[in-house]
Amino acid sequence: MSNSSLPRVQHIIGSGVVAAVGATVCYISYTQQPSEAFLFPRLIATVFVVLALWTFVKACLGWTKVGNGLSLTQFSNLAPGLIIALIYIFWAAKGLGFYTATSISFFILLSLYDPAPHGVLKSWVKRIITTVCFMAVMYGLFALLLKVYTPREIFF
Amino acid sequence: MEFIYYFGDVFTPINFGLLLLGTIGGLILGATPGLSPTMAVALLIPFTFQLEAAQGLILLGAAYTSTVAGGAVSAILLKIPGAPANIATTLDGHAMALKGEGAKALQLSFLSSAVGGVFGVLLLIFLTPVLAQWALAFGPSHLFWLAILGVTVIGSLDSASVVKGLLSGCIGLWLATIGFDDIMGAQRFIFHPSLGGGINIIAALIGLFAIPQVITMFAKGRKNDGNEAIQVQKHPIKSAVSELFRYKRAMGIGTITGSIIGLIPGVGGQIAGLVAYDQSKKFSPDKDKFGTGHPEGLIAAESANNAMVGPSLVPLLTLSIPGSPTAAVLLGGLLIHGIFPGTDLFDNHPDVAWTFINSMLIGQILMCIFGLYVAGMAARVAQVPQSVMAAIVLGLAVFGSYSVQASMGDVYVMASLGVMMYFLERFGFSAAPLVLGLILGPIAESNFIQGSMIATATDGLAPYFLTGALNLFLIVVVVLSVLYSGYMELRTRRYTSKEEIMG
Repeated sequence: MSNSSLPRVQHIIGSGVVAAVGATVCYISYTQQPSEAFLFPRLIATVFVVLALWTFVKACLGWTKVGNGLSLTQFSNLAPGLIIALIYIFWAAKGLGFYTATSISFFILLSLYDPAPHGVLKSWVKRIITTVCFMAVMYGLFALLLKVYTPREIFF
Repeated sequence: MEFIYYFGDVFTPINFGLLLLGTIGGLILGATPGLSPTMAVALLIPFTFQLEAAQGLILLGAAYTSTVAGGAVSAILLKIPGAPANIATTLDGHAMALKGEGAKALQLSFLSSAVGGVFGVLLLIFLTPVLAQWALAFGPSHLFWLAILGVTVIGSLDSASVVKGLLSGCIGLWLATIGFDDIMGAQRFIFHPSLGGGINIIAALIGLFAIPQVITMFAKGRKNDGNEAIQVQKHPIKSAVSELFRYKRAMGIGTITGSIIGLIPGVGGQIAGLVAYDQSKKFSPDKDKFGTGHPEGLIAAESANNAMVGPSLVPLLTLSIPGSPTAAVLLGGLLIHGIFPGTDLFDNHPDVAWTFINSMLIGQILMCIFGLYVAGMAARVAQVPQSVMAAIVLGLAVFGSYSVQASMGDVYVMASLGVMMYFLERFGFSAAPLVLGLILGPIAESNFIQGSMIATATDGLAPYFLTGALNLFLIVVVVLSVLYSGYMELRTRRYTSKEEIMG
């Protein structure tokens, strides 16, 4: 796939998803009861679906000028971090406890994206110290100062 | 002159301590590339829950003011604008630093920011009560159109594509309807139990502003930015002050341009700085020196981007219409304390309103004093690797959104909206109109329903919403803002394609 056609396909997919959401919102707004509760959503959904379809048609015709899409390099760069972040948020934070999960994901993200070489011991020590310092600040701020009781499953 | 009575409240130990904390913290956060003022304020909101309303707002207001000014540090020393508002600052500021005038550039930047900022806050002080009284004349139909105006103006002016800007606004307005309907108690669009109580504004704000930044940092990969901050030499402050007076025309242009632009909803500090820079260049006898490290360009840009801070809060504090994404975040900060802007704020909570506004005035002066000392430290913070920043922001976003209601549902909503916003941004959609839609949605809906009830009992829906001088004026402004932005978009595209053809 050429570089110029990549954003076009992405625009079609992106605007297609938005148009599908718009159509669903519009369908629900006009079919759900009581109709009085959906008066305002109907108004919004109508404008929403018109604009979304307009954007979708423009994308299909290749007339979209705004938005660069996502290059393969960017996607491969962000994918590991995004996966770690999503596992952290949707499973680990509750499953392992906030502080345990945050420590682990913070350290993994740091190791994944830190430009310092992986083969040098000093950079690993630096990452561990950064993680410990960050967790100490977070614990001080949220547990001690703000008294936020977070899910605690393992350790703390 | 009511504001004078509440000046003392700013100087209570807690309030002044928070003001100092917000100012110094904001200067450091502002200097960090990738941490925009809106995101910094959004991440700070959870820390204000346990504070009184005025105290929370002091912290948020100080952070807002000083993040805009702090962005100049990395713009001057690293050539990376700390915030979009500092783009124009890099043009001459960094060139000055390269010439060995880094300290002078920083001093001029903070001094002109303070002058512009003080003028902007004075405008806020004198305009707000007058407009708040005027707002009493607004009925449900006017408030409905005002809310729509807030979304369409930002949707059309803040986005590169008018259609996508308006579509973002529609998505925000739709998201605001999720949950239980206030009047009938009916369930609307509850696709997941986490959405039962609707979308929490604070969690949404954190997600929409923080998560796309985190993913953007991930997308850069293991890249060493390699930015070395230019070391600054000592420079006498007296000569910086006298230089500021020498370039008073640039400061005047910057301050007035910034104040006017700040009053227009949707037009942010980035535009203020660039327009002021351009105007100052037009009127300067040293046009050729602009871009080569000329203090005039720096003074115009920095006085403008701080002058717009105060006026950008006028529509928020008078009409409940946030004029910018940061103002929208501040509205979130007000709402969590059960305070509604407008006449309610000035009639029932004058202490909160005036303590907050006065603190912004004092904050401008503190920002100038501390800015000069914190600049060196802020420049070092600006060199923190993106990997560390991404992980810190992610952790703060998760803890911050959870602490709103101690609910994992809010964390899920925050993450889902954030990831969605990142991909939408890649396709030309913008977060600002979406946030405005989300915040103004309930205002628009409640006034639409109230208006419909009145209309049913009187002349009917169309005459109630579409007639009357004020209704027509607001509708015309909505239509004009969309048409103007559409015209400008087409003109820019035609100009760009002509340039491409000409090679």
